[in-house]
Amino acid sequence: MDFNELFSNFGELTTTGLTIGAIYALVALGYTLVYGVLRLINFAHSEVFIAGAFAAIWTWGAFGLNQDSNVTGFGAIVFYLLIAMLVAALASAATATVVERVAYRPLRKRNAPPLAFLITAIGASIAISEAFGIYTRRLPESGPRLVSQDPLFHVFGVPINPVQLLTIGGALLMMILLDMFINRSRVGRGIRAVAQDPNTAALMGVNKDRIILMVFVVGGAMAGVAGLLYDVRIQTLTYSVGFLLGLKAFTAAVLGGIGNLRGALLGGLLLGLVENYASAVFGTNWKDFAAFAVLVVLLMFRPTGLLGESLGRARA
Amino acid sequence: MRQKLARVLGGVALMALVTGAAACSSGGGDDTAGGDSCGSKIAFFGALTGSSAALGINENNGVKLAVDKYNKENADCKVELVPLDSQGSPDQAPQLAQKAIDDEKIVGIVGPAYSGESEAANPLFSEAGLVHLTASATRPSLADQNWKTFFRVVGNDLSQGPAAGRYIKDVLKAEKVFVIDDQSAYGAGLADEVKKVLGAAVAGNDKVQGEGKQTDFSATVTRVKSSGATAVFYGGYYQEAGLIRKQLTAAGVKAVLVAGDGVNDPAYINSAGQAAAEGTILTCPCAPATEARGTFAADYKALHGTDPGTYSDTAFDAANILLAGIKAGKATRPAMLEFVKGYTGEGVAANYKFTETGELDPAEVKVWAFKVQGGKVVPDQEIPKA
Repeated sequence: MDFNELFSNFGELTTTGLTIGAIYALVALGYTLVYGVLRLINFAHSEVFIAGAFAAIWTWGAFGLNQDSNVTGFGAIVFYLLIAMLVAALASAATATVVERVAYRPLRKRNAPPLAFLITAIGASIAISEAFGIYTRRLPESGPRLVSQDPLFHVFGVPINPVQLLTIGGALLMMILLDMFINRSRVGRGIRAVAQDPNTAALMGVNKDRIILMVFVVGGAMAGVAGLLYDVRIQTLTYSVGFLLGLKAFTAAVLGGIGNLRGALLGGLLLGLVENYASAVFGTNWKDFAAFAVLVVLLMFRPTGLLGESLGRARA
Repeated sequence: MRQKLARVLGGVALMALVTGAAACSSGGGDDTAGGDSCGSKIAFFGALTGSSAALGINENNGVKLAVDKYNKENADCKVELVPLDSQGSPDQAPQLAQKAIDDEKIVGIVGPAYSGESEAANPLFSEAGLVHLTASATRPSLADQNWKTFFRVVGNDLSQGPAAGRYIKDVLKAEKVFVIDDQSAYGAGLADEVKKVLGAAVAGNDKVQGEGKQTDFSATVTRVKSSGATAVFYGGYYQEAGLIRKQLTAAGVKAVLVAGDGVNDPAYINSAGQAAAEGTILTCPCAPATEARGTFAADYKALHGTDPGTYSDTAFDAANILLAGIKAGKATRPAMLEFVKGYTGEGVAANYKFTETGELDPAEVKVWAFKVQGGKVVPDQEIPKA
């Protein structure tokens, strides 16, 4: 154990932990949205994320950018980021839609038991991930270093770089937009209604299938943005990274209270921090152990997570 | 329809067998020595797909070249190559080993390529008496398991690890070194050897997750930074090494990365990006494949269209040892095992002779340092023996 390592680098561990935590949080939103409405853990969501991440890298590839390209100019960088974000969000939303149409809706129509959904979810996840594996010949795909990771300024001696600002800022912004969408818009009201009581909502004229599809699309778009931010941070992508990242994001969702949007954000950021602090104190090999240990201990005291399950109920 | 197809295929296979056997007996002539080893198979065991397939493909191509040459020279008595794709995974290794054992025509194996899968597969081979020569699994303890069928045509990490340590100490003259490993049989073993040589110069160490499980190394990067190390040693494979190098560079860490043969592959440069990879030192208990003796490099390029990569030459030699056995009429597994045990001969990468435990004769072991320069892995220097 090395507490000295933790204290002397506390600031830097915090910023890098929040960065990866922000990506967890964005992916966690997808789990939480679907769970809030359908009481279903969409295990294929990790592949929805991967689809977006690959789409972003391939978009850059289509512009001739690879790991050795040097992009300069603020305008060009913003352009590449925005276009990749758009494509990634679309690709992820499309993947989520296909998963819903192929793996979930037919089962729902036949009133299948919840376990059947779990199995098709895992099946869809493996199928999509293997498809990417075969297409990429299981080799890593690399993207350009678009955003600099040189320190931009220091806060209390802690260097802050543009990637961290972009990732954390982007996640927060998406979070705020989503929160507004769910709480203010007409579709958002429908989502909350279906989450609360699907049958009554249907009686009140809410198109349940359309709302469920919207949930997958919105959750997918969030995962697509997460995929883009992941590419910006890591710059290399392998078909298989979705599994563990999805598991972490799911953990984050449960940590914050699955079904609760703000809980997903809190859970994601917290998980990123716990992982980094544990890496410093016990060594990086203990990172996952620490993350799941925290989850178990927390669930012992707060079985519904930090903020509780509340997509529909809190402010209906 | 399907049945019909199966019957047709079966018929074709049968005919091929008959004509093959006929060709053999007519061509061999000498029934006691050459005749019955015709139609023998050798297998390559290693990752051909998956995240760590690059080295496996290098090796399989080397083996392919050897078999190709042999079949051209012995057109009347061909040998078949069976590629067994382990994806580098110890979990898949036992069943794959069993598959090889069940095919009685397989008289010898080149592989398993990696140390982890070797630990899973080698006990089965030993029990079955099926000889195997690994061209790249360098974990030292593989030779100490009393496996009767284990041979290694390269040096092990006991030669590579200390040599990497000496290079860091004597050539780079680094006084503070940070050592990272991926907790794999290979990576941790290598890192331990390096630590032993460096002693007090080890400024810190960390263990990360290999096999593509970890992609964010920010905590490790922070630790390297705060340790003030001027060199970083990584024990593991190229995928994580590339990410670590990229993230170190992005965080402004200029320390030289030194890594073992598991990283010695162009895929590392892809993963890290050319700018970050520049200057990385990669060791290998092998001489540069492009400097192999004879026409190996040219032949390889002619067949595969690419330059030979790490371990292409040693795998070529390993295959040739087995092929020499087949040529000498060793058609059974016990005969082949005895043949390899007593083998002495010259290959393109080294001269071969094995110790009691199946290790390459220590006098023949060479460790080279390679350097990443201009986006390519180029030979740097042979690391002198201690």
